Amino acid sequence: MDSALAVHRLHFAFTVTFHYLFPQLTMGLALLIVVLKTLALRTGNPHYARAARFWAKIFAINFTFGVVTGIPMEFQFGTNWARFSRSAGGVIGQSLAMEGVFSFFLESSFLGLFLFGEKRLSPIAHWFSAVAMFLGSWLSGFFIIVTDAWMQYPTGYSLGPKGEIMLSDLGAFLLNPWGLWQYLHNMIASVVTGSFVMASIGAFYLLTGKHTAQATTFVRTGVIAGTVAVALLVFPTGDQQGKMVLEHQPVTLAAMEGLFDTTEGAPLAILGQPDMEKMKLDNPFVIPEALSFLTYKHWGATVRGLRDFPRDLWPDNVPLLYFSYHIMVGLGTFMLALMAVSLILLRGGRLFTARPVLWALMLAMPFPYIATTAGWMTAEIGRQPWLMYGLMRTAQGSSPQVSAGNGLFTLMGFMGLYLVLGVLFLFLIMREIEHGPEEA
Amino acid sequence: METLWFALVAVMIAAYVVLDGFDLGAGIVYLLIARNDAERRVVLKSIGPFLDGNEVWLLAAGGTLYFAFPVLYASSFSGFYLPLMIVLWLLILRGLSLEMRSHVEMGLWSQFADATFALSSSLLAIFFGAALGNVIRGVPLNADGYFFLPLWTNFTPQHDAGILDWYTIPIGLAAFAALMFHGALWVAYKTEGDVQTRARMLANRLRWAVVALTVLVLGLSELVQPRAVRGAWLLPLAAIAIAIAGWFSKSDRTRFLASSGFIVAMLVGAVLGVYPYVLPSNSDPALSLTIYNASAAPYGLSIGLRWFIPGMILAAGYFFYVYRHFAGKVQSDGEGY
Repeated sequence: MDSALAVHRLHFAFTVTFHYLFPQLTMGLALLIVVLKTLALRTGNPHYARAARFWAKIFAINFTFGVVTGIPMEFQFGTNWARFSRSAGGVIGQSLAMEGVFSFFLESSFLGLFLFGEKRLSPIAHWFSAVAMFLGSWLSGFFIIVTDAWMQYPTGYSLGPKGEIMLSDLGAFLLNPWGLWQYLHNMIASVVTGSFVMASIGAFYLLTGKHTAQATTFVRTGVIAGTVAVALLVFPTGDQQGKMVLEHQPVTLAAMEGLFDTTEGAPLAILGQPDMEKMKLDNPFVIPEALSFLTYKHWGATVRGLRDFPRDLWPDNVPLLYFSYHIMVGLGTFMLALMAVSLILLRGGRLFTARPVLWALMLAMPFPYIATTAGWMTAEIGRQPWLMYGLMRTAQGSSPQVSAGNGLFTLMGFMGLYLVLGVLFLFLIMREIEHGPEEA
Repeated sequence: METLWFALVAVMIAAYVVLDGFDLGAGIVYLLIARNDAERRVVLKSIGPFLDGNEVWLLAAGGTLYFAFPVLYASSFSGFYLPLMIVLWLLILRGLSLEMRSHVEMGLWSQFADATFALSSSLLAIFFGAALGNVIRGVPLNADGYFFLPLWTNFTPQHDAGILDWYTIPIGLAAFAALMFHGALWVAYKTEGDVQTRARMLANRLRWAVVALTVLVLGLSELVQPRAVRGAWLLPLAAIAIAIAGWFSKSDRTRFLASSGFIVAMLVGAVLGVYPYVLPSNSDPALSLTIYNASAAPYGLSIGLRWFIPGMILAAGYFFYVYRHFAGKVQSDGEGY
């Protein structure tokens, strides 16, 4: 691989992965804050208003970090991916500009009101500012997912005489079927992150015997929302995303599953390592015929393997893709099990004293972050070797004038700066957790 | 259609400069007019509720530029690679220092955050000014429409120019002075007591510096890019003169508005100066990017108007709502998070 290209890819991958640690929480938390504010409004119980105020602080810190790490993302389309932007800007520029116009203004205006205006606003106006903030953040997610979905499965465009890519149908571009499932899958994943974080901090307070009244609300809200969300993540949204991949990127599906040979009644690999030399899965642990069933709802169906596709259409890093996908699925399964157990105990009124389960809830906080990151890696590595699937290869999209050395220099700059950012973030969040919600 | 989008992008950028300009400016004057922790908090509070909203204009302006003129976006962003990365780092440092300042009450850390905030605000103003200078001067575009500029070379704007040269540095300094003035007026408008007095005094002293730098910059532009200063300038020049007259008003509000008007008039002048170019080439004029060869396809531009106009009306609605809510002087006992 051309080294400048590798640097540009890592540059984007690193900055976007770090960036997305923040929005995945704020988008999920925005919904949960609306739930708490609604409870406060309906019950008139200040307990819920205090809970919302505590989470608003966590939200605000994450939002700021999301904004400062988000600005580089928009810039990098031009700085590091100039040839891509030149070709695709007329199409994806629509959704990126819409994000600015429709969601950022909404989100930032009402965030200011929500954080600084509780005493100045009536309870209903304050509730409304929370709802507007939630809408803004979820709209923002929509426009970004539409952009990514277009790169995965381009729709609503036409090619000009010199091969230039032009938007031809805004509706088809925005309502891309790939994008709709990806959007639901992704937003529900953000609710999972929000729920696990809320349950985790609640569990921490319960285990240490602090803020116990608030802690039970946190755990209850987190467990109920988390159970529903993880279940929706698997079915229907995950299932439908898989269908999209099968239909439009069959070679990616084969690589994700580590299926080298086209097989009738294909097995589902649970464990195993893709061996690219021998073109087989090392030390596999499989469920016979399950892959055929999951993809075609028929145990004997034939699933196409990697060997069935020309080598230059394969994702360029099959093992990484395979591992990312399996980590996402594995963690998803674990999270579903943990939430199900917690919900059963919650229904039985025993969760708040079940210390081992509270420990598990507290320590599970990193899992949704890892699963979400692995999910995005599956989507983006799975798209390779294309930048816009079928339209432009990744190798043709980077900036021609920006050398590997310059790219590496700024990549390392970001790494250093983000290390400092990460330390500061943890410090600020730990202070808020230490400080805790207001007592009655 | 291209001209309309060019105007809309210019409006977005002008809005960004006026709005984020006052909080950048407040950052520049921050250490000069707020002497102790309480005073510094008052200054920070005067910009706090608006800051995220102001910075969003940068993203929205960038998005609009990307969508309407993708070729320009690709070419200029990759060509100005290093300075833009520095701008990003400064924006991150600035956000970081503010976040630290508002959450941590620990002697040396707060002072460190204060200094970082002031320094990053100052450097950003200079870089933004220098960026504008580069666009007016032109860049060495190649046949594919790309270029790459080093940060500086021999400081001449003519041959093998760098991002910083003896033309763009004065523009950077003029931007620095103008935003400093703008920020001081904002603080004077939003605060009371000692902070307000110092902000007013600083603004009074800065007035003539801004005027002198403006004259210098216009003269240099005439030398470097004779096309830039021409008939179309009469209008912005008149506006600039009116705006400067407004700086001598007694009302803080009028003076702040006059300063906003001055910034807008300067930007309009620059835009009229380059139009219909968006990025002139100083190697071969035929390779210059214009609004016609850098824009997106017609369908995208026309359908874009249908959502852009209602969207911006909505955005303006929220904006006025928020500004009305936080109108008036900063209360020192006010709430925050």
